[in-house]
Amino acid sequence: MSPRAIRPKAAAPIESTAAPTELATTPVESAGPIESTMPIELAEAAGPATAERAGRPNVRFRVSRWNKRLKKAHFDDFDVEVEPGGTVLDALLEIRRRQDPSLVVRHSCMHASCGTCGVRVNDREVLACDAKLADLPAGRPIKVQPLANQRLVADLATDMVDFYARFEPAGMPPVRAAEVGAEIEPPEAVRTFMRFENCIECGLCLSACPVARTNRDYIGPAALAAAARVVDEPRGQELGPVLALAAEPDSVWRCHDAMECTAVCPSAVDPAMAILTLRRHIAADRVRGLLRHGA
Amino acid sequence: MTGEKAAKRAVKAPTVQTGPRPPMARSRRMARPRTGEAPEVGALPETTAGPGAPHILIIGGGGTGGALAHDLTLRGLRVTLVERGEVTSGTTGRHHGLLHSGARYATTDRATAIECSAENKILRRICPGSFEENDGLFVAITDEDVAYEKEFLEACWQCAVPTRRLERDEALRAEPGLNPDLRFAIQVPDATMDAMRVPLRFFATARRNGAEIRPFTEVVAMTMSGATVGGVRVRDRAADREYEIGADIVINAAGPWAGRVAVLAGVKVPVVADRGVMVAVRGRHCNMVISRLNAPGDGDIVLPQRAMTVVGTSSRVVDDPDDLTAPADEIAAMLRESSVLVPAVGRAELRAAWSAARPLIGGSGGSGGSGGASGAAGGSRGAADASGRGLVREWRCFDHAADAAPTEGFVTISGGKATTLRAMAEATADVVCRKLGLDRPCQTTDVVLLPHTAWYSA
Repeated sequence: MSPRAIRPKAAAPIESTAAPTELATTPVESAGPIESTMPIELAEAAGPATAERAGRPNVRFRVSRWNKRLKKAHFDDFDVEVEPGGTVLDALLEIRRRQDPSLVVRHSCMHASCGTCGVRVNDREVLACDAKLADLPAGRPIKVQPLANQRLVADLATDMVDFYARFEPAGMPPVRAAEVGAEIEPPEAVRTFMRFENCIECGLCLSACPVARTNRDYIGPAALAAAARVVDEPRGQELGPVLALAAEPDSVWRCHDAMECTAVCPSAVDPAMAILTLRRHIAADRVRGLLRHGA
Repeated sequence: MTGEKAAKRAVKAPTVQTGPRPPMARSRRMARPRTGEAPEVGALPETTAGPGAPHILIIGGGGTGGALAHDLTLRGLRVTLVERGEVTSGTTGRHHGLLHSGARYATTDRATAIECSAENKILRRICPGSFEENDGLFVAITDEDVAYEKEFLEACWQCAVPTRRLERDEALRAEPGLNPDLRFAIQVPDATMDAMRVPLRFFATARRNGAEIRPFTEVVAMTMSGATVGGVRVRDRAADREYEIGADIVINAAGPWAGRVAVLAGVKVPVVADRGVMVAVRGRHCNMVISRLNAPGDGDIVLPQRAMTVVGTSSRVVDDPDDLTAPADEIAAMLRESSVLVPAVGRAELRAAWSAARPLIGGSGGSGGSGGASGAAGGSRGAADASGRGLVREWRCFDHAADAAPTEGFVTISGGKATTLRAMAEATADVVCRKLGLDRPCQTTDVVLLPHTAWYSA
């Protein structure tokens, strides 16, 4: 059975005049109001083929599809009425709600804090909830694909098991001491202000990493950034195993300094700098070791 | 602890995790390898609970469903949970991340406040390392706020929520980002959590103990035998196929979608979807949870989240829990109101605006509204009136066998807060055990949960 032919779910009747389309490329009829409140950039983003439609402009999405029954992935096109200020995730959920309930996409927090909705939009790693449609180039379809270098569950959902298998051994606790306002005196009963780590474990860096593309064993930028965080703020943790992890053959020395990880990180973690820091620590350790042996 | 004792002592010092990582929870049962393929029609997952144990099917992979799967596996039952999307992708993951001390509801919804106060302590114990334990401040700015203090403190005292008064200068020393026009602030043991990662610890532990958790698996029909629910028919979106799962009891934990799920069994539940808009701005403009010392209102809470600041929230009842836009006027109102508390929020760059559908119990009437089951569990609480803010944040467990038109084998749990997920699960599991004639006590108050990363272990 083609995924396009799946009937709407019975659990939640879809209150839409737009029935699931038979052909992936058939635009959905717009039932929106006549007046448009869209910013000009968004109207342009919709492209000449669809911008004249009444109501909110349609934007065409070219979405990668794959499930366990298919031999290989293909693209389905969807024309979506976008909200002013909408994001790629808003559009994907709109597709799932009104056009194709079989679309598999991961998401949770909707505000770039949980890290579940990582995808590639126009070949660039982003959080779908953080990718504003107004920021994307106008006049051509928006291509959405799953993250690379990770196993696929279906459609846009990747399996994070391999990511965490690399990430977990670094042993980074999820909360740390807050550095913002460190000079501030916390109120009575609060010893130190605490905050969550910046890394949201989204896997964008692993997807963007050119080394991970060719070397499946490379531990990857997120795990090394986590290791560097532990080195930076050990909080009693033994550093030996963490530095040993970073010094393994498929670890910091595999990195080619392409800096793609830092470029795509939605949370300002800067894994590329973290890798450089770890190299310095490891080198310093080795020098100290040589000196001890020499003495 | 009595309310009196709680009010007299200072806010207890939260412990900062300074040592090595918290120890991993020791599961009470052996780990079981996950099976890649879903069983065929009518087949049940093999669990450590033993082939003879009753099988409970949970619909809904939010915090409530996850906590319930955990509770039921600890009580030796076989559990399968299905969720139409990724786990925590409905309401659960979207909330602003407040671990309630109970103070917010002390004046308006005492039962919820008392429960939050108790659950706050339990969650800190069973989810070590998952919270920013920075406390919260209820800030008085206007004369009206100042006048609210007496009622607020008295209500907190009655609900066992510890409080401490900070004079203006003291509050500003702790949080320099506060509006300098503030008069004073009340410190309470609020905390912030990761809205997704705390529930993931329940899912991870439940699965380690034998629960079968199936995301991207949507219920399309109930399998009924007369007025008895015997299981569900689901569509697995990732494998693109439909199959049936039999169950001794089916639990509807679909949050604001509970009404739609119940209809599949011919049952009505009085759950309404209450849309709350939230806004995140760049920059961490406070470390504590900042609330307005007044009755609950739009934009009256500002809290830090990683390197962002999150503002909540509005309250509008909507017809469709999937209709989750964030209207521009509500976003503007949120930023305007929150700037009164923390002025930098109004000047900061907007990171995201989104909304979540709270499941609110829309009145005690309606078929199934008897909630008799939860009476025994000590669970169902309060009544409600008609509008979003007016509805208390109660939760209810409906045993539909007690409905005017009884339906066997079907239970609904809905309403509540993220902070009360464990308590909701406990009451629902009590109902399940009573229906099955089992006497198995709840163990979830003491079992330390696996870290969230365990959810992603192979």
